[in-house]
Amino acid sequence: MNHLDGNVLAGPLSELFCVDMTVAVGRCGGCGDESVLASAMVYESGPDIVVRCHNCDDVLMTVVRAPGDLRVEMRGFGMIKVPL
Amino acid sequence: MTTVAPPVISASNVWKVGTVASVHTESPTGRSLMIDVPGWGGNLAGQHLDLRLSAPDGYQAVRSYSIASASPGDRLELAVDRLPDGEVSPYLVDDVQVGDQLEIRGPLGGWFVWRPEQTEPVQLIGGGSGIVPLVAMARAHAASGSTAKFRLLYSVRSPQDVFFADELASLTSPNFEITWVYTRETPAGWPTAAGRLSPSVLKTATIPAAEKPTVFVCGPTGFVESVADWLVALDHPAASVKTERFGGK
Repeated sequence: MNHLDGNVLAGPLSELFCVDMTVAVGRCGGCGDESVLASAMVYESGPDIVVRCHNCDDVLMTVVRAPGDLRVEMRGFGMIKVPL
Repeated sequence: MTTVAPPVISASNVWKVGTVASVHTESPTGRSLMIDVPGWGGNLAGQHLDLRLSAPDGYQAVRSYSIASASPGDRLELAVDRLPDGEVSPYLVDDVQVGDQLEIRGPLGGWFVWRPEQTEPVQLIGGGSGIVPLVAMARAHAASGSTAKFRLLYSVRSPQDVFFADELASLTSPNFEITWVYTRETPAGWPTAAGRLSPSVLKTATIPAAEKPTVFVCGPTGFVESVADWLVALDHPAASVKTERFGGK
């Protein structure tokens, strides 16, 4: 199974954020690229998701879904901007 | 005197139960499903939903599926292609029957979406089952009476593998033109040999960058990434090319 893109984050991130995060613009801490989350590369392994910068491949975010909790690490984002 | 309560639309991040209202074979590996979801409230063209299957042992699988319809109300249409090693698609294509219930979350996604308020030309490029959200956009375009110029390039293995063949044929108009690319087998008498989409065919069959179209590309990951690269090489601004990868090759 090949990688997907950030469009698939809409559902999982809706469990944490109250706005659609796929149109949020993030700044990659690695290369400075600023793009919508929908255009990031997404790698799924069972219930776990790794989100990588489409430009430099640095990890932007991980989403781990366990029974009973959702853990989101946003280590690769210098900034996230959301339209309201 | 009676009052009628307005329909209750539940939030798009809540899991809802849908009931399969009808099924239709689209191709040897694909099927479309009409699903009634109380509280759905309609969706925009290009949005998707998440579908969750639960096994008796507690194992759950969640997959995203693009929605083929773009209507208001509580009925939606999916079209699914069976992946050879898929966990969920074989169930949806081969096993699900009318009356079965499915757990659904949505509508989801605000990026890969076409809204009738958009007036710029639109180029749709679909590979295989990537046609599904593009069909929703073509339907929304027709239903809204939009005069925006729409073109569709549909790359598919053979005529038998086409999804929504009759409907796409009926949607063609001076405002909506379709170019077919058959990669393995063409219809009888087709003027060109079967073959994969190439940069030169892409160039001649799509709206040129000078017309500033919004381009939507959807299908297997490899197809989407090749096409997106070729579009940028044809001077389409990267910001004008929206992509949705379905995984696979």
